Amino acid sequence: MKAVIAEDLVKTYNKGSVRALDGLNLDVEEGTVLGVLGPNGAGKTTTVRILATLLAPDSGRATVGGIDVLKHPDEVRKIIGLSGQYAAVDETLTGWDNLIMFGRLYHLSAKEAKVRAIELLEQFSLSEAAKRPIRTYSGGMRRRLDLAASLIIRPKVLFLDEPTTGLDPRGRQDMWGVIDELVKGGVTLLLTTQYLEEADHLADEIAVIDHGKVIARGTSDSLKKQVGGERLEIVVENENLQATKEIVAKVSGSAVNVDEGLRQISAPVTTGSKALIEAAKLLDEKGIHPLDIGLKRPSLDDVFLSLTGHVAEEKTDENLETATGRKKGKK
Amino acid sequence: MMNAISDALIITKRQLLQLARVPEVLIFSTIQPVMFVLLFRYVFGGSIDTGQPGGYVQLLMPGIFVQTVAFTLAATAVGLSADMQKGLIDRFRSLPISRSAVVFGRTLGDGVLNIVVLAVMGLTGFLVGWRPTSGALNVFLGFVFLFVFGFAMSWVGVLIGLSVREERVAQNVTFIAVFPLTFLSNAFAPTTGMPKALQYFAEWNPVSTMVAGCRELFGLKNEFGATAGSFPSENPLLMSIIYMILIMAIFVPLSVRKYNNAAKK
Ligand SMILES: Nc1ncnc2c1ncn2[C@@H]1O[C@H](COP(=O)(O)OP(=O)(O)OP(=O)(O)O)[C@@H](O)[C@H]1O
Ligand SMILES: [Mg+2]
Repeated sequence: MKAVIAEDLVKTYNKGSVRALDGLNLDVEEGTVLGVLGPNGAGKTTTVRILATLLAPDSGRATVGGIDVLKHPDEVRKIIGLSGQYAAVDETLTGWDNLIMFGRLYHLSAKEAKVRAIELLEQFSLSEAAKRPIRTYSGGMRRRLDLAASLIIRPKVLFLDEPTTGLDPRGRQDMWGVIDELVKGGVTLLLTTQYLEEADHLADEIAVIDHGKVIARGTSDSLKKQVGGERLEIVVENENLQATKEIVAKVSGSAVNVDEGLRQISAPVTTGSKALIEAAKLLDEKGIHPLDIGLKRPSLDDVFLSLTGHVAEEKTDENLETATGRKKGKK
Repeated sequence: MMNAISDALIITKRQLLQLARVPEVLIFSTIQPVMFVLLFRYVFGGSIDTGQPGGYVQLLMPGIFVQTVAFTLAATAVGLSADMQKGLIDRFRSLPISRSAVVFGRTLGDGVLNIVVLAVMGLTGFLVGWRPTSGALNVFLGFVFLFVFGFAMSWVGVLIGLSVREERVAQNVTFIAVFPLTFLSNAFAPTTGMPKALQYFAEWNPVSTMVAGCRELFGLKNEFGATAGSFPSENPLLMSIIYMILIMAIFVPLSVRKYNNAAKK
């Protein structure tokens, strides 16, 4: 069973001059996690807003839990939870007030709302801060409370729009932990992110979107294979370029790229840190001290570069023109 | 229907909770009208001859009550616009609640705030010499009238608040709309000194009919103000009721619709 289906979604703004979604298709199998990965302006928020009944597309169709989003938005709202890109909770109220209010709006009785609020505050490590106004919360706490509010009725399908953007590494780790727990509980999750690493960690499947379309789709491994996995990168003095190149060739076993200007030697590796240690050892034996040495994981930029042939960019009107220009150029 | 009301009451309760958490808001929204009462009473009170017993303050109080409740429009617009900007409206719209709950709850909440403000103003007025002479029932009716007018204006505020992009714009737009309405009226001074065209406007202005209606309910003859003999000046209460019904008949459906499409900008 597909818990979410989106077919040919089109959404334009400013009388058609901005195509936020340009025939977007995706689906999410029940009980799995789909990571929607895309740069600024790709259409992530627009997609989530349509699926969460907040926005009507110009054309296309979508169902959530088998229910048509456009025809029966009220029914859809009973089974979804939404945590938008920016925490949407009442800042003047306390965390407790917020959860009670949302609980009551989900038609829980006063008592049920209290029980649920206590559970959620506990689950999200917010019990201590429960009686403080949200204004005094850190970004991470706000995000967690926002997520808690979207879980009040234990939704079947959960939409999270960039749940960790703006959080520090610690906050991101905490959020990942929380999301992992939810997924174990069996919720169907659609989350958007700008970070490959995050999609990698949380999602069963990834849909890469750009300019309002899905341009690639698959597991994180399959996407990474397309991108080429990790690369070993070493920067050395000029006189050591040749020797280093031989070492890198030996360690990686594949084609080596030498950038003389940057004095950088790089090659794809499959063994990760093992390759790094081995290269460092061999360099040391030859008495070569690298200026810089490291493993580079494929970033979202690399994914984009390899999938689209262009670097991820924000879709402004100007860029739109150049993007279409480029497409024409390709043909 | 039951759900629609109970959902709305939850939103109203949220607003009251906000007041409890940040009492300054309530304090300052009461100080302002109280200050107006005192300023007008003592600055203009001496120079305007009303020709009625009890002096200017008798005529002033209904005017200032109506001005205050008319500004509910601004409070509602600013509040909703802030909710929209913070994404709260989005969240509310993703919940399985009745389509009118959020806006209805908001107008009700602003209405409750009006009750508090009117009570404090009434007391202040009493302290500086305001003495309605029409008996408890009529005075009570006068306040009911004011409450309903504030509620109707609040619905205009809903539409504005959901239509503008920013809180500050909501603030400016509503002030620009309400200030002329309250001053191009009989609220503070006779309209007879205005240019002819403005006199016509003032005569038909709902603020004028409200003020005249309240003056009647508080036991005054509405002597200064609307041109004698015209329909609105002869029937201020009836005219006010018609205006309130009209405002709500137009703005309630428009506002509810706007809320349900709130993001489609
Ligand atoms: N209300 C609007 N009016 C005009 N253009 C809009 C509007 N909302 C979105 N857009 C445009 O639609 C495109 C997609 O926007 P969307 O917010 O879905 O992107 P996103 O992937 O969520 O980006 P981000 O990572 O920055 O959140 C962008 O080009 C954006 O400028
Ligand atoms: Mg977004």
